[in-house]
Amino acid sequence: MSHVLDIQGLTKTFGGLTATDNVSLTVNSGEIHALIGPNGAGKSTLINQICGEILPNAGRITLGGRDITALAPADRVALGLGRTFQITSLLDDMTVRANLGMAVQARAGGNFRIFDRAASRAAVWDEVDQSLSGSALAVRADVPVADLAHGEKKQLELLMALSQRPRLLLLDEPMAGLGHVESQQMIDALRAARKDCAILLVEHDMEAVFALADRITVLVYGRVIAAGSAEDIRANPDVREAYLGEEDA
Amino acid sequence: MKREYLGMIAVFIALALVPFAAEWTGQSSWVRLVGQALIFGMAAASLNFILGYGGMISFGHAAYFGIGGYVVGILFHHHAAGTAFLGLIPGTDQMLITLPAAIVVSGMAAALVGALSLRTGGVQFIMITLAFAQMFFFLFVSLKTYGGEDGIMVRRTNSLPGLDMRDRATLYWVVLVCAAAYYLFLRRLVQSSFGQIIAGIRQNERRMAALGISTYRYKLYAFVLSGMGAGLAGALMVNFLRFASPDMMHWSRSGEFMIMVILGGVGTLAGPFIGAGVLFSVEVTLAKYTEHWMLPVGILLLLVVLTARGGLMSLIRRVTGGGK
Repeated sequence: MSHVLDIQGLTKTFGGLTATDNVSLTVNSGEIHALIGPNGAGKSTLINQICGEILPNAGRITLGGRDITALAPADRVALGLGRTFQITSLLDDMTVRANLGMAVQARAGGNFRIFDRAASRAAVWDEVDQSLSGSALAVRADVPVADLAHGEKKQLELLMALSQRPRLLLLDEPMAGLGHVESQQMIDALRAARKDCAILLVEHDMEAVFALADRITVLVYGRVIAAGSAEDIRANPDVREAYLGEEDA
Repeated sequence: MKREYLGMIAVFIALALVPFAAEWTGQSSWVRLVGQALIFGMAAASLNFILGYGGMISFGHAAYFGIGGYVVGILFHHHAAGTAFLGLIPGTDQMLITLPAAIVVSGMAAALVGALSLRTGGVQFIMITLAFAQMFFFLFVSLKTYGGEDGIMVRRTNSLPGLDMRDRATLYWVVLVCAAAYYLFLRRLVQSSFGQIIAGIRQNERRMAALGISTYRYKLYAFVLSGMGAGLAGALMVNFLRFASPDMMHWSRSGEFMIMVILGGVGTLAGPFIGAGVLFSVEVTLAKYTEHWMLPVGILLLLVVLTARGGLMSLIRRVTGGGK
């Protein structure tokens, strides 16, 4: 099986603090790989290095066989990297539909045109309608994003990321702040999404992680302390002590 | 939609009638005042594209206004003297050449400034654009060949084939047509694919980068387009006043453009023109009575900013009941 994402020996220090300590992990195509760890373990720092918002001090990141370690964030997106944010990050002045339209338009290109009409790009808006039609957000299409509920924003972020047609999707805590029903919907949405792309999932909700993940990597103080299948991780004594133990207690 | 077109046509006709109204009432200064207000409106509207739609607070916009003006002035200077700029480029007084030249040169200046300053953001961006504008200001102050701080006279307005440009009304109509064309251009621009990307970058640059947009390139393009618009306005102003001076690019002029945008309505199409009209007429009226006209202008600006978020355009919308 080929690796969509291959991280080797990634290290990032901030002053005296080692946020990412010689981390290596791979994500295979069609796989959901979960990244778990206590708060401050360096999960978001790792995600931001994969996205290119932070550059590592050492190590290598390969996406679909291409070295992207030094590429700018937008260039990584062009190579098939999609993401959602831990704290939802949307275009707040625009409607749900316009946000999705922006995601599709950004992928479709032709964005230096100054004499066309963005609202008349039929291919873009057809695709927007299509991706909305299967979603609970369809009835909220013309609502400004600022008026959406938290769970709806999370859904919209996922839709936007998917409409970029990524080969790897980085999801930074997609369940955070969701109620039980919403979490279940999100789990279903991710199960559907994995047919089209590999997923690296950062998540605190263990129920969701064990429901979705093929493999799990555990990060503590920036270091990988365990990696393996869901069963391996559940049974691993180090992990229980460092992380899961708190929940069992 | 229909209403918007009707409104645009009505305003255009009303403005086109200004020279006749001036003649009938004997207020010949109206043509000069309204013409200048239109030109300031264009400059403010060009700033508004990056400031209001793009969220880039450029505090050096007068530089491109002044550079556009100096292109007209310098080309005329060489035309009159029969010499060539740098010994290479002959002078001219043909508006069909001077206006495009002004647009291109000010666009190049904006590309230079933008390429460096857009690598920063926030307060640094404001300060760097201001610093560059000051550099241009002092550059032209030091150019003794072109009048130094006294500026450069343009004895005759540039000519346009088939038109008597010495006639004040004709020149006014040329300015009006340019302003209308520029308004329509901006209207197109903000609705274009590029305009949408720019609006997205203003709202959330990080999100746009995550969508695969190299925001720097888009911002730079917007900055250049905006500088070109200011250059066109400056070129028209020098034709209108037959005079170019470093004062055109003084930092206080940049501030005035910004006040016009805020007064009229940030991120609206007509706002900067309305803001320019109001600010300029208040300025002219008050200057008759007092040197300290800035004080009442400041109070007016405070009132508008505090009572009407979105400037005068939001008041107008409230009165006319929505619509653009």
